[in-house]
Amino acid sequence: MNQLSFPILSTLIYVPLLGAILLLFVNRKHETFIRSFTLVFSLIEFALSLPLFFFFDEKASGMQFVEKAQWFPEWGMSYSLGIDGISLLLILLTTFLTVLCVLASWKAIESRVKEYFVTFLFLETAMVGTLCSLDLILFYIFWELMLIPMYLLIGIWGGPRRVYAAIKFFLFTMAGSVLMLLAIFALYFQYHKATGLYTFNVLDLYNATVPGGLQYWLFGAFALSFAIKVPMFPVHTWLPDAHTEAPTAGSVILAGVLLKMGTYGFLRFAIPFFPKAAFDATPLISILAIIGIIYGAIVSMMQPDVKRLVAFSSVSHLGYVMLGMFAFNMQGVQGSIYQMLNHGVSTGGLFLLIGMLYERRHTRMIADFGGLSASMPLFAVFFMIVTLSSIALPGTNGFIGEFLILLGAFRAHMVYGIVATSGVVLGAVYMLWTYQRVMFGEIKREENRQVKDIGKREVLILCCVVFFIVLMGVYPKMFFRKMDTSVHDYLGFVKQRYASYLTMEGKPAGSAALEALAGQPLKDDR
Amino acid sequence: MNIVPSTSDFQWIVPEITVTVLGLIVLLFSAFRKAKGPSLAAGVLTLVGGVVAFYFAVGLWGARVNLFNALYVVDDFGTFLKYIFLTILLLVSLVSLSYTKREGIVSGEYYSLLLFAVLGMMVMVSSNSFVTIFIGLEVMSLSIYILCGLLKGSLRAVESSLKYFLLGSFGTAFFLYGIALIYASSGTIDIQAVRAAAIGRGLGGNAIFLAGIAFLIVGFGFKIASVPFHMWTPDVYEGAPTSVTVFMATGVKAAAFGAFLRVFYTAFYPLISEWSGVLWFMAVLTMCVGNITALLQNNMKRLLAYSSIAHAGYILIAFVTGDRLSSSSVLYYLLAYTFMNLGAFTVVILLGRKGEAHEDIDSYAGLASRHPFIALCMTIFLLSLTGIPPLAGFAGKFYIFSDAIKGEYYWLAVIGMLNSAVAAYYYLRVLMYMYFKEPVKDLGKVDMSPVYVLVMLVSVGALLYLGIFPRDFLLLAQKSVAIFGQ
Repeated sequence: MNQLSFPILSTLIYVPLLGAILLLFVNRKHETFIRSFTLVFSLIEFALSLPLFFFFDEKASGMQFVEKAQWFPEWGMSYSLGIDGISLLLILLTTFLTVLCVLASWKAIESRVKEYFVTFLFLETAMVGTLCSLDLILFYIFWELMLIPMYLLIGIWGGPRRVYAAIKFFLFTMAGSVLMLLAIFALYFQYHKATGLYTFNVLDLYNATVPGGLQYWLFGAFALSFAIKVPMFPVHTWLPDAHTEAPTAGSVILAGVLLKMGTYGFLRFAIPFFPKAAFDATPLISILAIIGIIYGAIVSMMQPDVKRLVAFSSVSHLGYVMLGMFAFNMQGVQGSIYQMLNHGVSTGGLFLLIGMLYERRHTRMIADFGGLSASMPLFAVFFMIVTLSSIALPGTNGFIGEFLILLGAFRAHMVYGIVATSGVVLGAVYMLWTYQRVMFGEIKREENRQVKDIGKREVLILCCVVFFIVLMGVYPKMFFRKMDTSVHDYLGFVKQRYASYLTMEGKPAGSAALEALAGQPLKDDR
Repeated sequence: MNIVPSTSDFQWIVPEITVTVLGLIVLLFSAFRKAKGPSLAAGVLTLVGGVVAFYFAVGLWGARVNLFNALYVVDDFGTFLKYIFLTILLLVSLVSLSYTKREGIVSGEYYSLLLFAVLGMMVMVSSNSFVTIFIGLEVMSLSIYILCGLLKGSLRAVESSLKYFLLGSFGTAFFLYGIALIYASSGTIDIQAVRAAAIGRGLGGNAIFLAGIAFLIVGFGFKIASVPFHMWTPDVYEGAPTSVTVFMATGVKAAAFGAFLRVFYTAFYPLISEWSGVLWFMAVLTMCVGNITALLQNNMKRLLAYSSIAHAGYILIAFVTGDRLSSSSVLYYLLAYTFMNLGAFTVVILLGRKGEAHEDIDSYAGLASRHPFIALCMTIFLLSLTGIPPLAGFAGKFYIFSDAIKGEYYWLAVIGMLNSAVAAYYYLRVLMYMYFKEPVKDLGKVDMSPVYVLVMLVSVGALLYLGIFPRDFLLLAQKSVAIFGQ
């Protein structure tokens, strides 16, 4: 259904593209104009995305704001868009972070300003498109399109090892996604074999029955592609390089949105398409997620570079997201989605803060700082709040997410929950220790005494971040309400599909095995 | 046997006649011309000829006739490829308008040889008899041998020409010997009759017949530059004048694939299980060797040469699957491939100057800051070669790999896909030079002649259109391979 008689999703996708194209014709000398122009466009985009939130019908199940047009009917390709409670919040996160990124790049980007903002707007189109697509090919197109601007952002405006980082980022993601494309084809032909219909429509393909062996292979291909993006433990190695070398805004978008594409991919595609394989892979993925949580935290502790530290902490945080998702219960999945948003806001905030520090001191080594709280009191306050949110202090957004995830993990599998909780402690250790080394202590270097505190533009950016940290921390219901129905339907669907696969195989049918797995009866899940 | 062709048969080959006549006129025109050196008029004449031939070819769509005692055939498959050849002819001649002037290539011979080569290509893909295919092949090859060496005074060009000639003759000999063996075992050189014989007389177990097929694979494998018959490609591509290189990389490859497809999907289709295994290995080898060697190249022409080898490998994937509908993805890929290569080579031409080719990758360093427009176009060509959506290269790969999955050639598809991830590295390397590096040398003033800009814009437009709205062209391609479906 589409409650607005207006193609709002298409508008959201193409407004930034329009901005990018218009910018191409602006003379590169008018840098201030280019900056303000991009800011205006990103604000328009954000304003356009707000009606999604307010008009979204939280009671209705199924996709909303749907648009559908023919594209290649003979092959079953269509231009179909739509969102549910899961993608809705991620879209808002995207448009929100883009505004902050444009503001954060105001002074940090000095060379090739025009290209930078063109690339950025282009990236926004690709991100929103990925989140709205309900056709696998359309999704894949936007998915691949995200690579190019990010590659350029890292490679042109990044740090000293930017070329290496950019290429590594591109090749890792590309290698994963080409295998996914093959899996998409296999699913497509499988569906055709079973029903005689050719379609790439996601909602139709949800009902595809994929036989045992093939299902594992296809899930493997999808999961690998998404796991690289998340990134999960053994395939995370591109992330620290990409994060460290990317310009501030690039890191924010990378952490805030691009990583979420991986987790979103699991939720929207990998799990519902192949529920049997997904359920069977639960131990593997949960263990990898836990390894990620603990490994990420321990490696973070050892980093001398504060940006790299935050990058590794992302591995840890995303581990929670994966753990919650594969708990397959209401708490776990909702916590997982909430944690995606939290991570976008908090880690995005941390990257913004580090970017501000770097602009002043041109170093990110923890050893070069110390005692900054004296010279930058305002900065210290914001840094503290964001740090606390990152370590999930009650009252901040991080707490809600992590608490729900751990609760879900406990209910699904006690041991996972217990082990994962140790990550919370480790998280507090590395974040607080970092804060202490950077902000407190004696000033050892003269430069640190002279540092100017943050200005109005920066305060504005950080206020936005803190606003959401607090809002999401004290009034989570506002957001959960939007995703309740979608998550409930999603879980019900996945479990029912899993049960039907079990029945097909003649195993003890239905909910017995499921309840054992989810550690709870199916019904009273709300 | 009545060997007098009916005069009405000639109405069907008007495009071929146009091209031939124009070729002769251009040749004569420059023979009587006083001034030596490049002339605009020859180029313009060629362009006009191309347009006229295209106009007549459009009228042939949908026609299906056997001509000249079934030696020659006009059908949608041939016509579709003729569109591709004529498009290549038009765009290459456009580029040549500036390029021949810069390099001082004698234009009369140059343009008439281009026209004759296109004639050869058209004959190759419209033949119903092995002998006619051979004639087409020779007309095309001989023209190209000369074209490669046209850059007088350039040692590399002469070397390239000689190398191509020697190895090419070798390939042709295989081809001819293959025909002889086929004739020896089946008693006919008519493609349809060979097919009938292969089914009727059960030639699947006949060693001579199978040897004939093998020799033909070698012959075609040489022309499409597949591994292990690819050794000539990089040297010849590098040495030849760049406009000829692009003509070879697109036209010759398309023509060879066209004839290859017609022969193997008609005459030898009953024996597909015998030859598809061989092509499977050829496809894998071609992709892997092409892509891995390309990783090490520092010269753009060599890089594009290896990339063209790799692309031949991708096309072979669709070939292997043996699904007749899937041969439409071969045609579609050839179309997409034509535009991306034309565009990329145009950029290579554009950056060079007389005496300074600027073909090494260092010349591309910092291109984005000095010539953003050229860099942007090159980016689109390279991304399309990589197979990034929504460009035509992606759509092409999309159909090829979907065929492979449909035919359950999973490993072939996986190897192919991983290869395209490897390929991303070297295409991105050029991108990296253009965008991430500072200029290392002075290219001098870049000649932004309108013809180059036009060709680049046409290619960019075609790549975007073919990529976003693939439907029309794919349906055309499907219609044109319907001839195999009987």
